[in-house]
Amino acid sequence: MITYDFLQQYWWFLISLLGGLLVFLLFVQGGNSIYQSLSYDETSRRMMINSTGRKWEFTFTTLVTFGGAFFASFPLFYSTSFGGAYWLWMLILVSFVLQAVSYEFQSKMGNVLGKRGYRLLLQLNGFMGPFLLGATVATFFTGSEFTVNQFRLSEIGNPIVSIWNSPWHGLEALANPWNVVLGLAVFFLARVLALQYFINNLRDEVLESRATVRLVGETALFLVFFLAFLGRLLTMEGLAVDPAGIMKPEPYKYFFNLIQQPVVLVLFLVGVALVLYGTLRTILSKTFRRGIWFSGTGTVLTVTALFLLAGWNGTCYYPSSIDPNSSLHLSNSCASMPTLQVMSIVSLLIPFVLAYIFYCWRAIDRKPITREELDREKHLY
Amino acid sequence: MDPSLIDWSRAQFALTAMYHWLFVPLTLGLGVIMGIMETIYVVRGDEYWRRLTQFWMKIFGVNFAVGVATGLILEFEFGTNWSNYSWLVGDIFGAPLAIEGILAFFMESTFIAVMYFGWDKVSKRFHLASTWLTTLGATISAWWILVANAWMQYPVGMTFNPDTVRNEMSSLGSFFTVAFSPMAVTKFCHTVMSGWLTGAVVVVGISAWYLVRHREERFARSSMLVGSIFGLVACALVMLTGDTSGVIVGKTQPMKLAAFEGLEDGSEHAPLTLVGDLKVPNMLTILATHQWTGFVPGINDILNGGYKLPDSTLALSAEEKMSHGAIALDALTQYRTAKAEGSTEKVEDLRAKLQENLPYFGYGHIKDKKDLVPPVGLLFWSFRIMVGLGSLFCLVFVLIIVLQYRKKLTRWPLLLNVSTWCIPLVYICSQAGWICAEVGRQPWAIQDLLPVNAAVSALQSSSVRVTFFIFLLIFTLLLVAELGILFRVVKKGPQIEEATPQNT
Repeated sequence: MITYDFLQQYWWFLISLLGGLLVFLLFVQGGNSIYQSLSYDETSRRMMINSTGRKWEFTFTTLVTFGGAFFASFPLFYSTSFGGAYWLWMLILVSFVLQAVSYEFQSKMGNVLGKRGYRLLLQLNGFMGPFLLGATVATFFTGSEFTVNQFRLSEIGNPIVSIWNSPWHGLEALANPWNVVLGLAVFFLARVLALQYFINNLRDEVLESRATVRLVGETALFLVFFLAFLGRLLTMEGLAVDPAGIMKPEPYKYFFNLIQQPVVLVLFLVGVALVLYGTLRTILSKTFRRGIWFSGTGTVLTVTALFLLAGWNGTCYYPSSIDPNSSLHLSNSCASMPTLQVMSIVSLLIPFVLAYIFYCWRAIDRKPITREELDREKHLY
Repeated sequence: MDPSLIDWSRAQFALTAMYHWLFVPLTLGLGVIMGIMETIYVVRGDEYWRRLTQFWMKIFGVNFAVGVATGLILEFEFGTNWSNYSWLVGDIFGAPLAIEGILAFFMESTFIAVMYFGWDKVSKRFHLASTWLTTLGATISAWWILVANAWMQYPVGMTFNPDTVRNEMSSLGSFFTVAFSPMAVTKFCHTVMSGWLTGAVVVVGISAWYLVRHREERFARSSMLVGSIFGLVACALVMLTGDTSGVIVGKTQPMKLAAFEGLEDGSEHAPLTLVGDLKVPNMLTILATHQWTGFVPGINDILNGGYKLPDSTLALSAEEKMSHGAIALDALTQYRTAKAEGSTEKVEDLRAKLQENLPYFGYGHIKDKKDLVPPVGLLFWSFRIMVGLGSLFCLVFVLIIVLQYRKKLTRWPLLLNVSTWCIPLVYICSQAGWICAEVGRQPWAIQDLLPVNAAVSALQSSSVRVTFFIFLLIFTLLLVAELGILFRVVKKGPQIEEATPQNT
């Protein structure tokens, strides 16, 4: 029997999966933040830009779908977070918008900003995008300053449902060190994935050797920040919600979420193991090029598990630090039963969508990018 | 509520939507034209048509990137600037948006990569399918966003839930009521076909530019043939769907129609104003009702009420609607208290009172009945610009087809120059259309249910003002850059004649 509660859990799973896919696809941004220092001449730069340039639309589309899915399935989160953490979301959006045109425009005559200008924008997105997204996701655990009262809608003159308390409108999240730590973890993870993606997608001995060397340092930095956040997460207090909707703080909430949900625990452990396997084997073996597929899959699993920790098992996934009763959990913020039913039927097409993405991706990447291919290719960035 | 916050929020959304709408129509129209050209290439196996397709793909790619960029901002602005709106209608509006992401965006973004990078990597037929699927993805995307937009103009298929204080989809079946409402179907057809028209005008205009300069003549003639025939078909369909739109607007948004016509007082035989005092007797009645006799209410009639509606009931005045709206809001406030007190009987009474006054819910937030009138002058002229320019394009396409058939096209340089000048005009036309649709809806975010002053996010006005200017700067920069690139691409030309043997 498909119940309302089941559909809420199912849609949180889909949101989590989209979040996982988005973080994996941030390898495009990782590539943008690292290509300049990795390159040794203009052709090597072009190889890397054209390599990520053939994938940027996937990241962009996943971000859009992530937003759309949140809007549809948990509209109270959409209205509270986007309308409240205004500046944080605006910075993220602007960085992605500038990226969207920078690939297409950079090599075209008459582009106003010149090649260097657009590449600078790509780098800006490479640094800002993953860091800010990571910091924003951290607020799912650390909380934000807001209140929610739907009945304010009947107040004539000031009918605002969600009110953000901080005048910084989202930027205050960057004052919380743990948000910054997760932001940095995602930033370095994006670079780790980018390096493995380049090793897989490019054929250039110098670049490959440079990427392998860089992978060591970037992985070490990623692990430092990731483990620090993980340590904090598993020892921190979380806001629990019971079936009657009563919310109260619970020590070690996320640790208990992990051990009380074996499926999530397995997802998390397998995910971390895959990231480590893919990365370490790429570092240790000169002939191993498929690390990105292990690390990528591992990233999807790990991030999905982190989102599930935030929302499943009676947890407030968007806690309010000033009014716990305003905190958002699955049942007080979700769409109605008919809407979730309709979207669940549509979601059955997701495997089909993933299948054609996989097929097309393979068709494009069947031959790795080489210097010779760049000479032949007509559509170049 | 700070009035300047509402103004800046509206300005920012209008800015984003209008810039977005500069790029989307060309994507929709040029996509189909590219598909037709590549189909000819695959069917005839003629390399010339491949190069022709590739030239138009260059223009498509530059334009597509900016459309995607502005679209991202637009989607998230529903949340950032209109948080109340997002909550009140997210249950209905969000579903089309999510489906758009899952079904359309991924189709576009996946197959566009094959379209650009797959020429020598996949088979001809797979490539052709990718080109069509990219266009199909863009068109499906338009479908869902226009379903959402149509619902804002004509909200159907929902029930107000006083416990969650939002509109919710009534049942599984009501999704189809939302997705296939007459407003949604007509809006989709009219908007997408206006995009086809834009694509056709751009293709014909650029080709005419080459012909006047005696450059790329073979390329220009081929492109013009495809563009003008496609454009004429699009013109006819835009007119047909425009006519249907008029009837639906007359029924569902009479104030919008009255503002289009600047009609102060209605009548059974309302004339259509062309410009100034030049009027066509009875024509507005015919266009709005598809009947010889039928009352078309003017602005004063709608504000004062008392005229007979199509269902034979009398229209309420604005004051009466505002009074019903206030009762609905009051019932909602009391409902919460009664629910907390556990008074079942009182809860049911208040629920019934709320339902009874619900059609006027949004009027409770209206302070002055004058606020119910959208800017008449802007709408009056936008409507005429849209219709007038649309007719001009139709005439141009007819003349081009006839002259092409008689092989006399190059003897008419004036027509060729007019065709080129139609490129900026088609953008003015489509922007005017968008103004008609969206400004005509004011003051409503959702017709009768939520005015814009109750839909905004609680932000400082200064924050929205700053982001408005940031977006203005970014979008303008992107537009200038796009135009700079496109001018260079066109000036350089496809150079097909030099590269392809003339084997046809």
